[in-house]
Amino acid sequence: MKYKSVFDIIGPVMIGPSSSHTAGAARIGRVARSLFAKQPKWAKIHLYGSFAQTYRGHGTDVAIVGGLLDYDTDDQRIVNALSIAKASNLEVEFIVEDGLSEHPNTARIVLGDDTNYLELVGISIGGGKIEVTELNGFPLRLSGNHPAIVVLHEDRFGAIAKVATVLANHEINIGHMEVSRKEIGKFALMTIEVDQSLSKDVLEEIRLLPNISQVTQVVD
Amino acid sequence: MFFRNVKELIDKTTTEGISISEVMIRQEMAYTGKSREDIMAEMDRNLTVMEQAVERGIKGVHSPTGLTGGDAVLLQKYIEKGNFLTGETILDAVSKAVATNEVNAAMGTICATPTAGSAGVVPGTLFAVKAKLNPTREEMIRFLFTSGAFGFVVANNASISGAAGGCQAEVGSASGMAAAAIVEMAGGTPQQSAEAMAITLKNMLGLVCDPVAGLVEVPCVKRNAMGAANAMVAADMALAGITSRIPCDEVIDAMFKIGQQMPTALKETALGGLAATPTGKALEEKIFGAKS
Repeated sequence: MKYKSVFDIIGPVMIGPSSSHTAGAARIGRVARSLFAKQPKWAKIHLYGSFAQTYRGHGTDVAIVGGLLDYDTDDQRIVNALSIAKASNLEVEFIVEDGLSEHPNTARIVLGDDTNYLELVGISIGGGKIEVTELNGFPLRLSGNHPAIVVLHEDRFGAIAKVATVLANHEINIGHMEVSRKEIGKFALMTIEVDQSLSKDVLEEIRLLPNISQVTQVVD
Repeated sequence: MFFRNVKELIDKTTTEGISISEVMIRQEMAYTGKSREDIMAEMDRNLTVMEQAVERGIKGVHSPTGLTGGDAVLLQKYIEKGNFLTGETILDAVSKAVATNEVNAAMGTICATPTAGSAGVVPGTLFAVKAKLNPTREEMIRFLFTSGAFGFVVANNASISGAAGGCQAEVGSASGMAAAAIVEMAGGTPQQSAEAMAITLKNMLGLVCDPVAGLVEVPCVKRNAMGAANAMVAADMALAGITSRIPCDEVIDAMFKIGQQMPTALKETALGGLAATPTGKALEEKIFGAKS
């Protein structure tokens, strides 16, 4: 079941006009921002399917940029996100893609600053709910049925064990977990589905572990 | 733990001797671990957002493009003259649904029910029925939980996304949800709620999502208006004892399959339907300039 809470149906409270194209888009932008852990200096936003065809009418552009500025779905500043981004030195570019994607509402966001960059693919499945399907080239095989976190980390001894230990200490059960890396000793990624949503404190405790660069809850 | 379809939802009301809204509230408590008080308070906040959107729209609001706005006001003035052909409660529901969607088109604050494009139907009917039935605040909050229970089944077994399933998945779902909730508020049985949902949704099957210029304005605002009217009539039919020959779950299933069979041009791409009419294309060009 993709929708578990009644507030997925009656909600979210948001700025119009479209839950999938505005609220969902804002959430995709905000997850990207949260994974990058600071405001990026530039962002290239690739839009596919219905997002590509209708983004201007739905305010998908302002919403994604609002998310990149860390705004929630009901933040009035979303309406002026493009000019706020410009004023705060966040350079954005929209690229409309002709190609097909697996889901009709798909955005690929590439963002960065002088030293780092991050790439994320998000889909907006309706009513404001989203899923992140790819991160830095790693496919995320999240069911969407359980709360999930992604942990960006350095590929080092014990990094995975330490994260699992924090979850165990808080009596949080792991339902599904994947670890992947591109090169030994470099950037790596843990994707963890758990039985209940994690509090900010637990996320922070994981973030403070050695070799962890970022922790973000991608499915509540 | 979760009810997976309308049959299981109705069965729970029978075996536990509780209303549909109560089933939804208890499931939310079990899923989130939150107290009843917290969950009721959260829905109360959503209700307040809906109320504020209706009030704002009724006074008159216009979208940045100028394509929509002001129709809720026209209807309210028309109702005041008293010379209408249908009924006051229906027209009030229609004007309040329009009010909400006009606020939505103007990038105002709304509560997605189940989506933003279909946000008008549930509050529109709720605030119109309120004038007739004088519900308590708790009964109004329960209206939203009952709507949510039916929306929950549709979202998990079919779709509530126009891009995935056409407008039948958005305004169609919203109208069915509203019809079921009206029945509960008016004192009907849980089964009558299911009949109202089925009757409403059956009459919105195949509804395409064809937003002109890709804006959630034309025809979305008026589709919410008609969805509200549809929900009100279906609720009255169900309360009169009329049933749907096709069970509610099978109607939802049919809706899902129709959505899959619809071409992409008719699913929120602004490539077909009203968006592709000469006027639709001319409006798009006027608002966004010619496509390069």
